[in-house]
Amino acid sequence: MAAAVQGAGIADRDATQEQTSEQDDRALAAVFKAYTISATCWLLFGTAVGLLLAFKFGAPDFWAEKYLTFGRLRPIHTNSVFYGFASIGLVGTAFYVTARSCGTRLYSTRLAWLGLWLFNIAALTGTIALDLGYNWGDLEYREWPWPIRLVLLAALLVTVWNLLATIARRASHDIYLSNWYIIGGFLWTCVICLVAILPWYQQGLGQVAISGYFMHNAVGMWFTPLALGLFYYAIPKVLNRPIYSYALGVLAFWTNLVFYPMLGGHHFLFSPLPWWLQTTAIICSVGMLVPVLGGSANFLLTMRGRYHGRIESYPLAFLFIGVLCYLVGSTQGTVEALRSLQAVWHFTSFTVGHSHLTMYGFVSFAVWGAIYALLPLATGKNPGRLGVATHFWLALVGMSIYVIALSIGGTLQGLDWVRGVPFIQSVAEMAPYYLWRGVGGILMFLSHLVFAWNVWRMTAGKPGNAPSPIMEPEGAAA
Amino acid sequence: MNPTRKMWVIFGGALALYVLIVMLIAVIPAIDLSHTAPGPGVQPLTPLHVQGREVFAGNGCGYCHTQQVRPLTEDKVFGRPSAPGDFSYQTPELLGSERTGPDLTNVGKVKPSDVWQYIHLYDPRAVVPQSIMPNFRFLFRVVDQLPAGETAVPLPAKFAPAHGYVVPTPQAKALVAYLLSLKQQPIPGYVAPAEAAPAAAPTAAVAPAAAGGYAYDAAKGQALFEANCAACHQASGAGVPGAFPPLKGNAAVASDDPGLHLRTVLHGASGVVIDGVKYSSVMPPFAAQLSDADIANIANYERSSWGNHGKPVTAAEVATLRAGSK
Ligand code: HEC
Ligand code: HEC
Ligand code: HEM
Ligand code: HEM
Repeated sequence: MAAAVQGAGIADRDATQEQTSEQDDRALAAVFKAYTISATCWLLFGTAVGLLLAFKFGAPDFWAEKYLTFGRLRPIHTNSVFYGFASIGLVGTAFYVTARSCGTRLYSTRLAWLGLWLFNIAALTGTIALDLGYNWGDLEYREWPWPIRLVLLAALLVTVWNLLATIARRASHDIYLSNWYIIGGFLWTCVICLVAILPWYQQGLGQVAISGYFMHNAVGMWFTPLALGLFYYAIPKVLNRPIYSYALGVLAFWTNLVFYPMLGGHHFLFSPLPWWLQTTAIICSVGMLVPVLGGSANFLLTMRGRYHGRIESYPLAFLFIGVLCYLVGSTQGTVEALRSLQAVWHFTSFTVGHSHLTMYGFVSFAVWGAIYALLPLATGKNPGRLGVATHFWLALVGMSIYVIALSIGGTLQGLDWVRGVPFIQSVAEMAPYYLWRGVGGILMFLSHLVFAWNVWRMTAGKPGNAPSPIMEPEGAAA
Repeated sequence: MNPTRKMWVIFGGALALYVLIVMLIAVIPAIDLSHTAPGPGVQPLTPLHVQGREVFAGNGCGYCHTQQVRPLTEDKVFGRPSAPGDFSYQTPELLGSERTGPDLTNVGKVKPSDVWQYIHLYDPRAVVPQSIMPNFRFLFRVVDQLPAGETAVPLPAKFAPAHGYVVPTPQAKALVAYLLSLKQQPIPGYVAPAEAAPAAAPTAAVAPAAAGGYAYDAAKGQALFEANCAACHQASGAGVPGAFPPLKGNAAVASDDPGLHLRTVLHGASGVVIDGVKYSSVMPPFAAQLSDADIANIANYERSSWGNHGKPVTAAEVATLRAGSK
């Protein structure tokens, strides 16, 4: 089995596989390119809004007009980075990974374009609706009016159909691990969308149960499996060696499936939700250590002995940080879910730090790493070395400042409440931490501008001088 | 197994298992919870309150304000722990996940004055200088002539527009009506868990302290005043002209007889004429939140600050007035 996997996992175009025609390759590259460019636009828009939000914590009267008020821009930030940037970026790369790991062409390019349109229509109309004040109850990540969320569901269905049909065309008997995670993520997310829309069980407290379920299933059963799917392909690919353990990957898949869906209740610890639901969520949050440690160990062991390569190869550096933040962020989540610590951290900015450590450090770095590793293979154009390095360091330093500032500030905020000081004092004490968050945010945003430049060079512009993302196989290099 | 079969087995299995888990962990409990009976006194929302709630959600107030009180000591300032029956008519739910600002479950009790709410929405810093809440001026209009039946929002001069009157739009009115309707209903026979639980640290000797051993604690008095009173009367004691009376130089505070002063704090007031100005906004009662010693500390802080020289009060006097006027 390992040999087959190695073949599927590594080769860009491998002699043992069905030969795809040049025309098919060009079509696949065009799809990958278009999704990446679209994701980049949403990244720039969404994080410009994020930066403005961060600024508003220090200057609440700045741009407080109706269409620029904090409460309308905040869901625009979260939804556009979720469904615009991260989702479209992951989906475009997933097309490439699935087709390549199956050694076949994409089942339908037309469906891929249709999917791109649907994702963009949803994100665009969603943004407009939120700005006009059509917000469904401030229910995080499902604020869009339901017809718009149906468009998103349609995008998912069209895409998963396309991917399944691609996998059905594969030459080998095995289905490479990446595709387990990618298809799993799509199928589960269709269920998530449907459960979040149907109204019959969403009255009062019933809806609270669904909100808890939705918030962490959207991140845990959509972004997480897709990002992991990219890791399973891109890391072996860049390193030019097989994944350390196939079996560990399968174990992580099934344990992820069992534990993740059940931990949603941890968003409402100490709420009037039934105590058993909250306790199950806590137990499963601890159970999540199995897939998290298993998955991370698998990736890190695949990189074993090639650590110096992380510096030489920036795609690998991005992927490495992604793995690390997956490990650290998820472990942080487990600790956060324990009742004694929730009592301090719940409702504070500490949670916002966790959101960015995971969604930024893990998911966004995974997207960037996979794009830097794979897009040049598809288009034959490398970005500039300096550009990629600048993106990496700005994003990493910026995110670290952001997360550390909010982790410290959020903890102090929580302790203030426990000590029972007047609420407004806890607000005033956060000021320096909000400021540092903004400083980190500026670096992060600058890094996105550099990323956009790099994407331009990998697609339409003049290619740069970065070396091929694929490293020399062991022994070959001096 | 043929390759296509294999594909359907893996993905079909993963999907079926997921649907099963989702049913058990989310949908079935949610069906059950959707039928939670309303708690005692919990009423459906009026159309005006529904409209206000939409303004609330549409402008994202819920990203900074929760509406759920946890059974934790630190949450006691916001009210009793939320009960399942509190949420019967709350769809979409607005429990929230972040407290950049305070919980609003009981804001109708804590800040019962519509005037305060209007001033605060128009410019939060007009009443709470350290606030980082955005202003919601777009919910107000500035007019040159006051329309019949409208009252202008009495803004402090520093925050008022150069000319004209500020009047709330219908959305602002609906929003404030909704905010003022946010009040927990008492649950008969309910005892706060912190007090009921034997494990809770014994908060020793409240009664003896109230009876005899009271000593004025200036730092505590100031902290309590800033937490409970400064939003209206301002930390400077100067109040907000036309809306909230100054306590600096106030007759009730200066008087040797603490009756009016303490009764106002215990039971609240509205429509009182002070120094020739009639205040139509509401002063909330504090008897339920604050102990006798707390109230005495606040009163003494007021009596000895901003140039006031009132005769000090004792916790025993508060206890007598509290009992006497029941
Ligand atoms: C950026 C976060 C933020 C947003 C958005 C926000 N608030 Fe606030 N709010 C605060 C903070 C911080 C405070 C505490 C300081 C103060 O009283 O102004 C507060 C205080 C309040 C209070 C006083 C509560 C009390 O117990 O004293 C009310 C009422 C209130 N907000 C209502 C609203 C409404 C209504 C909206 C939406 C139209 C809203 N807030 C939007 C941050 C926010
Ligand atoms: C929501 C705003 C608000 C808050 C909070 C508030 N007050 Fe008042 N207070 C008022 C208003 C309005 C009046 C004027 C009486 C009326 O309502 O007609 C008043 C009047 C008073 C008076 C003068 C009574 C008189 O007849 O001269 C005193 C003393 C007083 N408040 C003390 C306090 C203390 C002490 C606190 C805190 C424990 C407090 N207030 C909190 C709004 C408030
Ligand atoms: C320039 C970079 C960014 C900045 C400055 C920024 C800033 C912010 C700010 C100010 C908030 C509101 C926090 C609050 O209400 O207290 C926020 C929320 C959020 N952002 Fe970002 N953000 C950035 C990038 C991203 C990216 C790339 C993602 C995801 C891929 C992301 C995901 C989120 C999420 C999920 C929340 C909600 C957090 C919660 O409710 O816990 N952000 N961001
Ligand atoms: C074992 C894994 C994880 C556990 C146990 C966990 C736990 C938690 C907990 C307890 C909270 C709620 C915090 C609070 O409200 O006080 C939370 C919030 C959050 N988590 Fe995780 N986490 C894990 C992994 C992840 C990953 C991998 C991601 C991103 C892909 C993620 C994204 C988020 C986001 C966005 C929120 C904010 C939700 C909101 O309030 O809007 N988490 N997590």
